[in-house]
Amino acid sequence: MRSFAYKRVSDVATAIAEVGGDPGSEFLAGGTTEVDMLRIRVARPRRVVDINDLPIAAIEDLSDGGLRLGGLARMSDVAAHPAVRERYPVVSEALEKGASAQLRNMATLGGNLMQKVRCSYFRDVDQACNKREPGSGCAAMNGFNRTHAVLGTSEHCIATHPSDVAVALTALDAIVHIQGPEGARTVAFDDFFPLPGNTPDREHPIAHGELITAIEVPANPAARTSHYLKVRDRESYEFALASAAVVLRVERGIIAEARIGLGGVATKPWRARQAEAALTGAPALRAAFEDAAAAELADAVPQGMNSFKITLAQRTLVRALETVASAHGGEGNA
Amino acid sequence: MRPRAHQTGTVAPSIPEQARGVRPRDAEIGPEATDIELTVNGTTHRVRVEPRVSLLDALRERLDITGTKKGCNQGACGACTVWVDGRRVVSCLTLAVACEGREITTVEGLADGDRLHPMQRAFVDNDAFQCGYCTPGQLMSAVALMAEGHTCDDAEIAEWMSGNICRCAAYPNIRSAIRQVRDTAEGTRKGGR
Ligand SMILES: Cc1cc2nc3c(=O)[nH]c(=O)nc-3n(C[C@H](O)[C@H](O)[C@H](O)COP(=O)(O)OP(=O)(O)OC[C@H]3O[C@@H](n4cnc5c(N)ncnc54)[C@H](O)[C@@H]3O)c2cc1C
Ligand code: SF4
Ligand code: FES
Ligand code: FES
Repeated sequence: MRSFAYKRVSDVATAIAEVGGDPGSEFLAGGTTEVDMLRIRVARPRRVVDINDLPIAAIEDLSDGGLRLGGLARMSDVAAHPAVRERYPVVSEALEKGASAQLRNMATLGGNLMQKVRCSYFRDVDQACNKREPGSGCAAMNGFNRTHAVLGTSEHCIATHPSDVAVALTALDAIVHIQGPEGARTVAFDDFFPLPGNTPDREHPIAHGELITAIEVPANPAARTSHYLKVRDRESYEFALASAAVVLRVERGIIAEARIGLGGVATKPWRARQAEAALTGAPALRAAFEDAAAAELADAVPQGMNSFKITLAQRTLVRALETVASAHGGEGNA
Repeated sequence: MRPRAHQTGTVAPSIPEQARGVRPRDAEIGPEATDIELTVNGTTHRVRVEPRVSLLDALRERLDITGTKKGCNQGACGACTVWVDGRRVVSCLTLAVACEGREITTVEGLADGDRLHPMQRAFVDNDAFQCGYCTPGQLMSAVALMAEGHTCDDAEIAEWMSGNICRCAAYPNIRSAIRQVRDTAEGTRKGGR
């Protein structure tokens, strides 16, 4: 590991000033991405600013029935919170299916949104990678790309976005609260994650020194029966090959509203708007679920080794839809 | 609901921070090595580390507390599991400097002198290891698991122990050991509720 300095801060203003005023400083939250990146020399700061003492870890009720999740709230604490479990099971499930109990005790929500891709070429500083080294090429394109994305890719980057909870939060239209040297602002969840396009090195709209202070989850009564399904190479402690976050509002057997996120298959936490459009007004039946899943994956672009994901993502989505529909008393699995 | 361990070694009397000559909490340190204080299993040690040193390396290489093992060094195996302020974490992705002022518990902190912690006893009784390399991490997770309350059935135990990989695949026996502690009065009393 390269050498770096360390400073602990205890209030938000100082944290922003210390990092905002020094191009060589980076925030350190749970460290589960940052320390890993430091060790493999992908992150090369002069100094890390430890924000673990900042008072932004609370989980609070909003007056409209929504929730405000602190940027420093730990994955384990958010997952276990009674209000999250009751109102947004999709969030609890996505969190508890991510990483391991130890990592979830360390990792924060803010850090989770900022985590780096797991593409092995990104992690290897001797390989070509446009995300790490703009213009150097993409070793994954003709390399080992079984875990890479089939949606939202470009000729410059095909890395899968690794977060689970972000898939649930995109389905819920969460709002990211950011504070920085220029003041406070909010960003809609779907806008937080750009597509790679020509600039895969641009991974988020956060400017240097800006801090994620909270994630706001709007009220959504239908989310009480929401669900996250994650399919992977082993049963636990593994990233998704395909995952689906599903929120449905069903009225007399007809889908009045669908909100769907897909994970493990796209370059960003994927809001499945084509599937949502196909489902709205359709009967809550398997045939409609299959059509919607097919519509969403119609434009998928397979790489050498990951074409299986196109089928897997559809099956994952159909099964998640069946689970949620049956919770609504619809036919679901029947 | 913190897991509880017996404390080994001499417990340092609690001295106010200023008296110990600890620098202000917000002072910048490094990149050179600096003296920091780490409280491990109830004993406060002064140790000279650079900010880049992980808690795992500080324990093993600087403090010679070698029960905690290094497997992957990237958060993927759980061999390095310890508790920081009573929560199980991986020490390979934790910086030692970030642990100043926190309470660290390692596998050495589980036994009460020569008396094994009930979970250690249960691992022996159930043959819950072969090479033993993953065992310190398994133990730290297993005792924490009791406090977290995720021991309903084997599926739940497996899910909440999945952060600890065992190359020897002692998993069924590890689960038996955990069930043994769960199902005995001693386990409930000392297993950390
Ligand atoms: C073995 C392993 C398995 C994993 N499996 C999964 C999985 O299955 N699913 C999943 O979703 N994730 C998984 N993860 C990723 C894990 O969830 C992230 O590493 C974690 O959420 C990052 O949070 P952190 O607090 O540790 O961030 P840190 O590592 O401290 O920081 C990460 C980055 O975010 C920046 N940052 C941190 N906090 C803020 C903030 N509040 N505002 C602005 N910038 C900030 C830091 O500067 C740094 O660049 C896994 C990680 C490991 C190591
Ligand atoms: S897929 Fe993206 S992250 Fe991976 S090597 Fe290509 S450019 Fe880099
Ligand atoms: S050595 Fe820390 S998780 Fe493997
Ligand atoms: S006993 Fe050998 S790795 Fe677990």
